[in-house]
Amino acid sequence: MANSGRRDAPELPDFSVLKRVARDQLIYLLEQLPGRKDLFIDGDLMSPLDRIANVTTLKQHEVDKLYKVEFKSIFSTSDQLCFLVRPRIQTVKWISDVINADKIAGRVRRYKIIFCPQKFYACETVLEEQGVYGDVTIDEWAFYLLPLDNDIISLELPEFFRDNFLEGDQRWVTTAGSALHLLHSLYGPFTKVYGIGRCAKMVYESWREQVEDGEQKAQQHQTEIGNVFLIDRDVDFVTPLCSQVVYEGLVDDIFRIKCGNVEFGPDVTSSDKSIKVMLNSQDKVFDEIRNEHFSNVFGFLSQKARNLQTAYDKRRGMDIRQMKAFVSEELKGLKQEHRLLSLHIGASESMMKKKTKQDFQELLKTEHSLLEGFEIRECITFIEEHISRQVSMVESLRLLCLLSLTENGLLPKDYRSLKAQYLQSYGIEHLLTFSNLRQLGFLVEQQPGETLTVMESKVGKLVNDKTAGKLTDAFSSLAKKNNFRALSKRLTLVPKSGEEYDLRVPRDMAYVFSGAYTPLSCKLIEQVLERDGWTGLDDVTRMLNGHEFAVTGERVTYQPRSRADNQRIVLVMFLGGCTFSEISALRFLGREKGYKFIVVTTAITNSARLLEALLDSHV
Amino acid sequence: MAFVTANWNPLGEAFYRKTELYEMGWNLKDGLRDCLFAAAPYGGPIALLKEPLRRSPSARPLMEIYSSSGVSMASFLWKSGVVKQLGWTVSDDLLCIQEDGTVLVYDMFGNFKKHFSMGSEVVQNQVLEAKVFHSPYGTGIAIVTGTFRFTLATNIDDLKLRRLPEVPGLQGLPSCWAVLTQDRQSKVLLASGADLFILDNTVCTAVAPPGLSPQATSIVHMAVSFSYKYLALFTDSGHVWMGTSNLRDKLSEVETKIRAPPKQMAWCRRPKSQQPSVVIMWDQQLLVAGQCKESIQYPLDDDSVLVPELDGVRIISGTHHEMLQEVPGACEEIFKIASMEPGALLLEAHKEYEKESQKADEYLREIKEQSLLGKAVRQCIEAAGHEYDPDTQKTLLRAASFGKCFLSNFPPDQFVSMCRDLRVLNAVRDYTVGIPLTHTQFKQMTVQVLIDRLVYRKLYPLAIEICRYLKTPEYQGVSRVLKHWACCKVQQKEEADDVIARAICVKLGETAGISYSEIATKAYECGRTELAIKLLEFEPRSGEQVPLLLKMKRSQLALSKAIESGDTDLVYTVVSYLKNEMNRGDFFMTLRNQPVALSLYRQFCKHQEQDTLKDLFNQDDDHQELGNFYVRASYKERRLEARIGLLQSAVDEYYKAKNEFSAKVTEEEMRLLRVQRKLEEEKGEHLVGFSLHDTLSSLLAVGLHKQAEQLYKDFRVPDKRYWWLKLTALAEKEDWEELEKFGKSKKSPIGYLPFVEVCVKHHNKYEARKYVSKVTPEQKVKAHLAVGDLEGAADAAIERRSEAEISTVLSRCSPTTDRALVERLNRARATAAKK
Repeated sequence: MANSGRRDAPELPDFSVLKRVARDQLIYLLEQLPGRKDLFIDGDLMSPLDRIANVTTLKQHEVDKLYKVEFKSIFSTSDQLCFLVRPRIQTVKWISDVINADKIAGRVRRYKIIFCPQKFYACETVLEEQGVYGDVTIDEWAFYLLPLDNDIISLELPEFFRDNFLEGDQRWVTTAGSALHLLHSLYGPFTKVYGIGRCAKMVYESWREQVEDGEQKAQQHQTEIGNVFLIDRDVDFVTPLCSQVVYEGLVDDIFRIKCGNVEFGPDVTSSDKSIKVMLNSQDKVFDEIRNEHFSNVFGFLSQKARNLQTAYDKRRGMDIRQMKAFVSEELKGLKQEHRLLSLHIGASESMMKKKTKQDFQELLKTEHSLLEGFEIRECITFIEEHISRQVSMVESLRLLCLLSLTENGLLPKDYRSLKAQYLQSYGIEHLLTFSNLRQLGFLVEQQPGETLTVMESKVGKLVNDKTAGKLTDAFSSLAKKNNFRALSKRLTLVPKSGEEYDLRVPRDMAYVFSGAYTPLSCKLIEQVLERDGWTGLDDVTRMLNGHEFAVTGERVTYQPRSRADNQRIVLVMFLGGCTFSEISALRFLGREKGYKFIVVTTAITNSARLLEALLDSHV
Repeated sequence: MAFVTANWNPLGEAFYRKTELYEMGWNLKDGLRDCLFAAAPYGGPIALLKEPLRRSPSARPLMEIYSSSGVSMASFLWKSGVVKQLGWTVSDDLLCIQEDGTVLVYDMFGNFKKHFSMGSEVVQNQVLEAKVFHSPYGTGIAIVTGTFRFTLATNIDDLKLRRLPEVPGLQGLPSCWAVLTQDRQSKVLLASGADLFILDNTVCTAVAPPGLSPQATSIVHMAVSFSYKYLALFTDSGHVWMGTSNLRDKLSEVETKIRAPPKQMAWCRRPKSQQPSVVIMWDQQLLVAGQCKESIQYPLDDDSVLVPELDGVRIISGTHHEMLQEVPGACEEIFKIASMEPGALLLEAHKEYEKESQKADEYLREIKEQSLLGKAVRQCIEAAGHEYDPDTQKTLLRAASFGKCFLSNFPPDQFVSMCRDLRVLNAVRDYTVGIPLTHTQFKQMTVQVLIDRLVYRKLYPLAIEICRYLKTPEYQGVSRVLKHWACCKVQQKEEADDVIARAICVKLGETAGISYSEIATKAYECGRTELAIKLLEFEPRSGEQVPLLLKMKRSQLALSKAIESGDTDLVYTVVSYLKNEMNRGDFFMTLRNQPVALSLYRQFCKHQEQDTLKDLFNQDDDHQELGNFYVRASYKERRLEARIGLLQSAVDEYYKAKNEFSAKVTEEEMRLLRVQRKLEEEKGEHLVGFSLHDTLSSLLAVGLHKQAEQLYKDFRVPDKRYWWLKLTALAEKEDWEELEKFGKSKKSPIGYLPFVEVCVKHHNKYEARKYVSKVTPEQKVKAHLAVGDLEGAADAAIERRSEAEISTVLSRCSPTTDRALVERLNRARATAAKK
C-alpha cells in the first residue's frame, strides 16, 4: 500500500522551525526573571513543553526545581516563582491563593506568570479581584503550534472542543486565528482558503484581521503551502465516534497517545516495566504500519521480523573486515529496529486480545449497522444490554450518540428508556451529561417537526432583527437537522453492503473503517479540492448548516502550468480535534491524488476524549 | 555674493555673524518695554503680555501670541491672576505661571487647555521668580517662593512636584539662579553673593567655580547652555567666567569692563565649535565674549530679547528678528576672504564657468591636483545648508553640482537630501509660516517634530505637502496630519454634525493608519456625542470603537461591537464594565440578548461566582439550567439532608421546565438516597451515592438478596438488568447453588447463554454444562463451544444447517480433534452451502 502513492507527491515543508521559535521565546521569557527560580507547569503543558525544551535546557536558564500545578499549597524555598500555565480562571485563582498565603506568612517572593499561548482579560480580572495584580509580572508565550510529526501539528488545546461547541465560549477563536497567522507568515501566502462551519468562518476572519493589522512587509519567501481547508468538528460528529481500526487509531483508543508519546504497559513490553515510546515517522516500523488496517498489521510485522532475521543472518560467513563494517554500520540500526519491532508486536498482541473478542466483533457489527441504517431494533437491544451490563460508561454513551446521530435523533420512547437505564447504571449525575449531549446535538429526541420553527418565530417577535438572526443560528445549531442518512447517500459514504472489501488493497478512504464508512470530513475535503470550491455541493452544505466559504488569496500571481508543487500541499485545520483515522484517510487520499496533507488540529481526539469532555465531572 | 562676509565680525579664531531673519510683522506701540515675553526655541511662537504688573486690580492686560515673524496668531485679555512668568512647552503650548503658583496652559491659538498648581504652600508664599526649562523628559518648571524655597517639576505632563532642600543662610532672593539637567536629574544652581550652591533632590551643596577671578564679590548673572553642558557666570567686577556646568573646568574668563548687571546673557555656541562664547545684553548694547580678550560689540537701539538656540542666539526687538551665531566652519572656509580652501576654489571655478571663462578650468585643476574635489563639493553642500539666503544656497549648490560632474563615483545622497532639506526649510522660514529653523536645528528636531509643529499651527496643507515631498511613510506622515486635521475639524462648533462627518470621510477615505475612533474620541471630548457616533461608524475595526462607546455610555452598542470584533477579551471588558455600571436586572437583560457575551460570562461565573450563575438562570426563567445547577450543587454537598434538599429544588425546577423525565429521575434519586441511608444504618454497608445498579450489585455481593429484591421492585428495574446483576453477583461469590435456584426461579429474560458464559468465566465448566441444554437453539453452538464441547457444538450446528456456524465450529477444531467429527462437519457444510 505504501508504494501505491504517486511519485510526484511534493515535499512537506519543514516545521521544526516552529519548535525553534517557541524555544527561543520561552528562554527569552525565562531570562526576564533573572536568577534562580522554581517553575510550576500546568499539567497539560508538560508533555508539549517536553517536546520544545527539556529539563536540561530549563536548568541552563536557572530553573531550580520543576513542579506540576496541582492546586495544592506549595512547598518551595525559592525566592522567585514562575508559573507556566494555560489561561484558565481556576489556575489563576490558585496562583492568587499561593501569593496570598505567602503574604500572610510574611514571605516576599517575586512571581511571574507566563500564559501560554496568550493571556485572557478574565484571568487578569481574577488577579485583580484577588488583590495580587501588582505582585506578579505577566507574560505571554506565543507557543501556538506543536509539530507532532512531519504532517501533524497540534495546538494541544483539548478544551477548545467543549468551550467552543458546548459552552459557546469563543475565546479560543483568536488563538486559532493566530496559529493560522503564524503558519501563513512562515509558509504562506496561501493561494486558496476553503472552510466550513461557524467557527471556521470566525477563525478565518480573525486571521484575515491579523494579516491586515500586521506590518505589510513584503513576503519574499516562496509559498510553501498553497491551500488551506478549515473544518469545524461539529460538521462531522459521526466519524470521531466510530471505533478506530487503523493501527495508529487503535493504539490511541486503547493506550491513549499523549502528545505523540504512548506508554506501553507491562502486558505489552512483556517485562515488569512500562515503556514510553514516541510514535512518529522516525520510528520506521511504526511508519509502515500506522495507516494499515489492523487485520494486516500482524502479517506485516511477521514479514518484517523475517526480514530482520535475514539481515542478522548476513553475519554468518563474513570475514573480519565485513563483520567490522556490519557492526559499525548496520548492527545499531538493526538492534533499534529489533527493539521497535518487538514493542509493536507486543502492542498488537495485546490489542488483538482485546479486540478479537466476541464483544468487540459484535460492537463493530452494531456500529456498521448503525452507519448503514440497518436492523436498528437489534442495535438498540444490543445497546440496552451494553448499558445494563455496565460494560463501559463511555462506550455505552458512544453507541447511544452514534445511534442518535445516524438516526436523526431517537424516538421519544427509546430516548427516555435508554436514558433511564443509563442513569440506573451510572448514576443520576449523568443527567447533566445528557443535557450537554442534547445541547450539542449528540443525543437528541426526535422532534415533531414544527415545534422549533414555532418557537423561533415566537422569539423572533420579541427581539430585533439582528439578534433574531443570531438566535436562528443558535437554534439551528442546537437542533441541527442531522441528515446523516441523506448525506451518506449523497456522498456515498457507506458502500453498498455485500461487496467484498479487500482491506489489503484499499480502494478508498473507507478502509479506515473496514470498508464500512468513508469519513464525512475527509470526503468533504476530497470533494471540495476536486471541484476547487463548493459549487455543486449546495445540497450538502445546506444539510451541514452552511457557513461554507472558499476564498482566493489576493496577491497571488497565477501559477503557470496548472498546479505547481505548493498547490498540492493542503493544510487542513480541524477546529475541535481530529482522529488518527481521519489523518490516515487523508494520507491515503494524498497518495491517491498526489496531494500532501498537513493536518493542523486543536488536539488529537477520539471517541473517549470527545465524550469525556462532555461529562460533567464532580469537580 | 560679495557681501556674504559683510556682517561677519572676527572674535579670536572664529567669526560671528548677525543675520536678519524677519522684519517683524507686528505693530507694537512701545516695543518690548514693560512686557512679559516668551519665545519658544526652535523658531517657535512668541507670547507677549503687556503691563503685567497691574496698576489697578480691574486692569486687564492683553495677552498676544505671534509667530516668529511677528504675525499675530491670537490675542486675548488676561482675566486671571498676576502672571510672573511665561513659557512654552516642547509641544508649543503656552505656560502662564501666576503669582499664586497656578500654572495655566493655553495652546498657541489662545485656547485654554488646563491648569495645575505648583503646590499648596505657594498660594500663601507667592511665587517670586519662575523659570521654564526643557530637558529630555519634557518641559519643566522651577519656582522660588516667598520663603526662598525652590520647587521643581521636571515634566509638567507627568506632574511630580519636588520641593528642594533649604539653602542655608539664604535670607533673600538669590542674586541669580538657573536650572541644570545633570545625571538624569534636574537641579538648581543658585548664587547668593559670591557663593554658589547646587540644589538637588536631597541636599544643598556649596560649590566653587575653578579659577573665578578674585575681584568678584558677587555673581550677578548666570547662563546655562542649551545642552546644559556649559555655564557662564557674570560677576559684579564685570568678568564673564565660562566653564563646564559640572564646575570642573574653566574654559575662559573675559573682562567686559562693564560692571552693570546685564539684562540677559545667553550662550552662543554651535555644537562642535572650538570656542565658547556668550552673548551679553545690556540696555544699549550687545556683547559677544569668547576666549580672547577682545569682544564684539553691537549697539542696541531698541529693547530686545535674547532667545538661546542650539547653534546661536536669536535677538528679537520691536522691529527686527535677527540670528547671531558663530559662522559655521564650512561657510567660513568658503567665504573667508582669500580663502584657498577647495570649496572656495570650486565656488570660484563655477563663477568663472558661468562667465564662460577658461579660468574655471584653472581653478578646477588646482583642486583636482590636490585631489580635493570631493571635499570641495562636500564643503559647498554643507555651507549651503548653513546659509539663510536662498540665492546663496543656490549658488553654493550649483557649484557643488558643477564639481560633482568631474567626480566619477561621488555618492549623490548628501546633495539630494540637502536640496530636499533646504526646500523644506525655506518653506517653513517663509514669512507667513515663520519658523526660522537653521539646518542644524532641523536635523536635531527631526522631520516628525517639524510636521507636528506645523500641525499645531494648523498648517495642514503645508504639512501634507512636506510629508509627500519627503516621502515620509504614510503612518507617520500624511495619515497623522489628516488625523490632526480631522480632530481640529470636529471642534468647529458652527458646522453641523453630518456636514463635518461627511467632510472628514471624504478627505480621509481609506487612508491607511487612520483611526476614526481617535477622531471620534476628540469629538466626544468636545461634547459632540452625535458626531462621535457618526464618525465611529467609519471605523472599520469594530474593536476600536468599543472603548469610546463605553465612555459615551452607549454600552449596548459597545457590547454588540465588541462581539462583532470577535475579540473575547474585548467582550469581557465590556461585560465587566456593564456589571459594575448597571443594576443587576438590566445587566442580565442585556446579556440575555447577546448569547456570546452571556456564555462568556457564564464561564466566568462557573469558576468565580456560582450564585451569580443561579441568579442569571433565574432571571432568564431557565428552569432547565437551574435544575442542572441544583443537581451539580448536590454533588458537592456532603450532608445527605442538604443534598436531598438541593435535589428537591432541582425537581421543582425541572417541573417548571416541563421536563418531567428529569424531574422523575431526580425524585427517584432522592428516594434512592433515602433507601441507601436506611440500608447503611441497618446493615452497615457503604451505599450512599452509588447508582442504582451499583447499589444492587453491592447488596447482592454481600448476600442481601431480600433487600435487593425489594429495591428491584420499588425502582422498577428492568428484569434483564436484574438478572444480569444477580447472575454476575452470584457467580462472583461462586454461590453455584443459589445460582441454580435463581436459574430455575422463572424463565430467564436474558436467556441462558449468559449463565453458561459467566460460569465459564469463573472456570466452572461443570456448572456451565447444566445450563447448556436450556439455551435457545440459536445460541446452542455458542454455548457448547463456551464449555469446550466440540461435539455438542457440531451436533447443534449440523442440526441447524447453518453454514456460518459450522465454519465457526470448524475453526475451533485442532489437529488433535477427532477426524470423523471434522469430516462430518465438512460434509454438513457442503450440503448447507449447496442449499
